[in-house]
Amino acid sequence: MAKAKDRIALPPVNAQKTNLTCHFCIVGCGYHVYTWPENQEGGKAPLQNALGLDFRQQLPPFATIVSTTQQNVVTGKDGRRHNILIVPDKECVVNEGGGSIRGLRMASYLYAEGTPTGERLAHPRMHTGDQWLETDWNQALAIYAGVTKKILDNKGPREIAFDTFDHGGAGGGFENTWGTGKLMFTALQTPLVRIHNRPSYNSECHATREMGIMELNNSYEDAEVADCIMSIGNNPYETQTNYFLYHWLPNLQGSTVDKKKQWFKGEEASAARFIFVDPRRTPTIAICETVAKDNVLHLDIQPGTDVALFNGLFTHVIEQGWIDKAFIAKRTKGFDEAANANKMSLDECSRITGVSVAKLKQAADWAYKPKAGGAMKRTMHAYEKGIIWGNDNYAIQSSLLDLVIATHNVGGRRGTGCVRMGGHQEGYTRPPHPTGEKLYNDQEIIAGKGMMYTAWGANPFQSTNNAENFRKAVLRRSEIVKDAMRKARGASTAEMVDAIYDAVANKGGLFVTAINLYPTKLAEAAHLLLPAVHPGEMNLTSMNGERRLRLSQKFMDGPGSAKPDCLIAADIANTMKAMYEKEGNAKMADRFKGFDWKTEEDAFNDGFRRAGQPGAEPIDSQGDASGNLATYALLRRAGNNGVQLPIKELKGDKLVGTEMLYTDKFGTDDGLAHFKASPWKGLLAPVQAQKDKYRFWVNSGRTNEAWQTLYHDQYNPAMKARWPMAPVEVNPADATELGIANGDIVELYNDYGSTYAMAYITDDAKRNHVFMQFGHYNGIQGDVTTEAVDRNVIPYYKGTWANLRKATRGDYTSTVSFKSRRYAI
Amino acid sequence: MTQHVSRRDFFKMSGGLAAGAGVAATGLVPPTAEAAPLNTSTILPYPAKAIGKLGGMKVNEPVTFNYPDASSPCQAIRMGEAVPGGVGPNNDIVAYSILCTHQGCPTSYDSKDRCFKCPCHFSIFDAEKSGQTVCGQAPTDLPRIVLEYNAGNDTVTAVAVDGLIYGRQANVL
Repeated sequence: MAKAKDRIALPPVNAQKTNLTCHFCIVGCGYHVYTWPENQEGGKAPLQNALGLDFRQQLPPFATIVSTTQQNVVTGKDGRRHNILIVPDKECVVNEGGGSIRGLRMASYLYAEGTPTGERLAHPRMHTGDQWLETDWNQALAIYAGVTKKILDNKGPREIAFDTFDHGGAGGGFENTWGTGKLMFTALQTPLVRIHNRPSYNSECHATREMGIMELNNSYEDAEVADCIMSIGNNPYETQTNYFLYHWLPNLQGSTVDKKKQWFKGEEASAARFIFVDPRRTPTIAICETVAKDNVLHLDIQPGTDVALFNGLFTHVIEQGWIDKAFIAKRTKGFDEAANANKMSLDECSRITGVSVAKLKQAADWAYKPKAGGAMKRTMHAYEKGIIWGNDNYAIQSSLLDLVIATHNVGGRRGTGCVRMGGHQEGYTRPPHPTGEKLYNDQEIIAGKGMMYTAWGANPFQSTNNAENFRKAVLRRSEIVKDAMRKARGASTAEMVDAIYDAVANKGGLFVTAINLYPTKLAEAAHLLLPAVHPGEMNLTSMNGERRLRLSQKFMDGPGSAKPDCLIAADIANTMKAMYEKEGNAKMADRFKGFDWKTEEDAFNDGFRRAGQPGAEPIDSQGDASGNLATYALLRRAGNNGVQLPIKELKGDKLVGTEMLYTDKFGTDDGLAHFKASPWKGLLAPVQAQKDKYRFWVNSGRTNEAWQTLYHDQYNPAMKARWPMAPVEVNPADATELGIANGDIVELYNDYGSTYAMAYITDDAKRNHVFMQFGHYNGIQGDVTTEAVDRNVIPYYKGTWANLRKATRGDYTSTVSFKSRRYAI
Repeated sequence: MTQHVSRRDFFKMSGGLAAGAGVAATGLVPPTAEAAPLNTSTILPYPAKAIGKLGGMKVNEPVTFNYPDASSPCQAIRMGEAVPGGVGPNNDIVAYSILCTHQGCPTSYDSKDRCFKCPCHFSIFDAEKSGQTVCGQAPTDLPRIVLEYNAGNDTVTAVAVDGLIYGRQANVL
C-alpha cells in the first residue's frame, strides 16, 4: 500500500514503463506499471510526470485512475527500493482505461516486507512433524524428489497425486501450465491429477467441444453489436467487470446503434435486449434494470432446471420457424434426433422452470424472432458457473448449444457467439493426459489411494465440493506422515525420505506438498511448502476471454528464493534425472530430460511455441501450431492489445490474430456442428436427496470485491473490514422466522457437513434460497455441497440443500455494512 | 472499439441524478499556482473550514460544501444516531468527498438507504459505515472529511481528509 492515505508519489517522466495484464479475472485488463527509485518523485505539471497529467488542479472525471491502492514500494534482491504505480491502459481495447476493484489492487498485493503481503512464502518450508522449518531448495528438492522417486519406483505413477492450475494469470500462464504439465504427464506419467477448481482432469465445456464449438469463440466487440444477449448463470458486473461495463452496457444503453448500422447494412438496429437466466436477482441484473428496465428480462428459473428451459425454447423456435434451415442443412448434423429427444412444450417448460409461458414467449421473441425485414436476430449467449457448476453440466451445454446452433447464433455471424464468460484467464499448453481417464481424485484420496499429494497453485480445502469430508481424509492421512516424521529423531535427509515412504506405503499416510504464493489453508496438512511467484515477478503469457494473448513483463523480484512454477517443475525433474543417472538408470533418466530451462521464456519456447511443429511430440495448446509465431520480443511490442489466438500471420513485426471462430467450419472431424440429444432428467440423485430432506437451496458464487480463495485479500485490512467472513444472503421473512439478524453468524448443515457464514439479509434473496460467497477462508461453502458430478466428473457446486440456524451473534455489525449491494436509484 | 459509452452517459445520467444533490460545486477551478509544490510532508497543510451550524442541519439531509478547496465537492450529513467517525453531541455528523474514488464521477446521496451512489460504474458507499464500499469498482472507500464540533458556537468544522480524493496527487493541491 502507499505510505500515506491522502497522497501518492507520481512517476517521474523517466520512470520505467512496462505492460501488465491484470492477473485476476478472465477479462485481463491492460495496465501500465511505472517503476522508479523510491527517493524520486515526478512533479505535478504535465511535463513533470510520466502520466502527462496536470495535477496542479483537480482532474476531471475519467482523466485516469490513481488511488493509493495502486501504489507500493518494493525492495529488490540488491536491496534497492522502488516506487511502483500501476495504472489502467487507456489504449487497451479490453478495458479502455477502466479498472475493477480487483485489478486496481494489484499494486497493494505486491510483495513488500512489513505489509500484509509479507505473509508470502519466501523460501521452502519443511515440517518436522512438530514445527515448520525454513529451508533451502536443495534440501526441499531432495525430500520431494526422494519421496517421489521411491513411490514411482516401487508403486508406480498412479500413487502420485496432483491438484494443479490449468489456467492463465497468476498461478498459471502458458509457461507454467507447460512446465507442470511436462513434469506430471511426460516425466512422471501420473493420471491422478485434478484441476484446481474441480476434482478431476477434464474440460468444463466437454459437450460444446464435442459439438464442435470451443467455448471462447467470439470477440468482446461482438457483445457491442448483438441484438440480444442471453446471459445464463452469469453475473458479469461482479465477475467480468470491464467486459460488462465497456462492451455489454453500451449496447444496452443504445450507444452502439451507429456501429451496428455500419456493420450490418440494411438490418434493423436498436439498443440491445438482455435476458438473464438465473434463479437469483444478481447485482448485474439490478444495474441493467436501473439503466434500461424495458430492455431487460429476468428468467428466474427453479434451481437446476436449465435443460428444461433450453429444450422448451428449442421446441418453440422450431414450431415458430425461427431457425436457420439453410445453415442447419449445410453446416450441421443431427438436428432431427435432437429436436425429437429434447421436445418439450412451453407449458411443460413453464411447469418445470417456474417461469410463466408469457415470459418464455417474450424471451423467444427477443432472442430469436426474425427482425423486421426478415434478417435473423444476432443473439450472443454467454454463460458461466451457473451452467458449468450446474445440474449436469454436459446435459445443459448440450441443450443450450442445440438452441444456439439451430438459430445460427454461432458459426461466424458477428454479434453472435456462444461463449463461456470465464473465471481465470486461460493459458493451456500441456502434453496430453497420459491415460485419458477421468478419475474422481477427491474420492480416490478419501478412499485412501494416492501416497503423495501436491497442491500446486490450488487450494481444494477452501474450494472443492464435499470439502469437509475431503479435508478430514487429507488431515487424517497427513497426520500419519507427521507422526512418522516426529519419531524420526536425528534422521538424515535420506532417512527422513525412508520414514515418509514407510508412512505412505505401509500405514495409509499421505505426503502433502503445497506450491503457492502463500502458506494457505493447505499448510494445516502440508509437510512441504514451496514458494512460487506471480506476474510481475516473472514474465508470463496468458490469453483472455476473447483469446487475446499478452505478455505481462517482469518488473520486480519475487520474495526470497521464490521461483516461477515452470522452473520449480524443472528443478524437480532435473533432481529426479540426476538421481536416476546416479544409479545408472538411463531409461528413467531419459523420461526426465528436456527441462534444461534457465528462464520462463525457455519454458514458453519449449511448450507454446513448439506445439504442432515438425518433430514435436503431441502438445495440446491453445495457441495451436501458429503459436510458434509469437515470440516474447513480438509480444512485448504488441503491448496490452496483444494478439487474438489463433495467430493468422506475421505481417512485418505485427502478429495478426483471429476475431471470430468457425466462420467456415466447426471444430469436428467433418467440420460440421453436431447437435446432441439431451432430454430433461431432473436433478442429480444426491442433490435431490438433500432437497427432499432440507429446506434451503444453497447457491454460491463470487462477490465483486474478492478474488478466488481470497489468497491475497485475506491479508488486506480493507477486505478484512468488508468481508471478514463469507456472507450468506437470506430473505427477510426467512430471517425473521429463524430469529436471524444482519451480521449474525449462522450455521448451514446437511448430510455432508456444516459450515458457518455471516447473515446478510436482502429482499433480493427468494424465500428458501440463500446465496453464500464461494471459496472464503472463513466459512467454506463447499462443506455442504454433495459429491454429485456429471458424466465427466464436473461437480454440481451450485446445487445443494441445507438447513439454516443462528449460531451466535458476533460483532460484525460494528464494522461491516449490510446495505443492499444491488444498485438502485 | 467503441468509445466508452458510460463516459457520455455519465453526463446524461449525472445531469439528472446529481442535480438534487447539489453538485454545482464540481465546476473546476483553474489552477491557482503555476508550480505548486509537491506535498510530501508527513501531514498535509489542511485548512480548517467551518461548514455550518448543527442547529441548521436536518437529519438525513446532505449539506453541500467544498473542502479542502473550491474544486472538491463534499457533503455532510447528520445521521440522527451515532455512527463511526461521527461528531457532535450525538456523534452522528459525518462528511465525505462526493467524488467517486473510481473515476471521479459525482456520487449522489440516497437518503432512503443512506448511501452515496455513483451513476457511472455503480459503486455504492455506506454513509453510516465510514464510507465503506458496499459494492462496486471503487478501489477505496469514500474519503471521509474529518470534522470537529464546537459546542460553544454550535459550529461544525472540516479539518482534514481521511483517504485520497479522486483526481489528485495529494488532497491539498
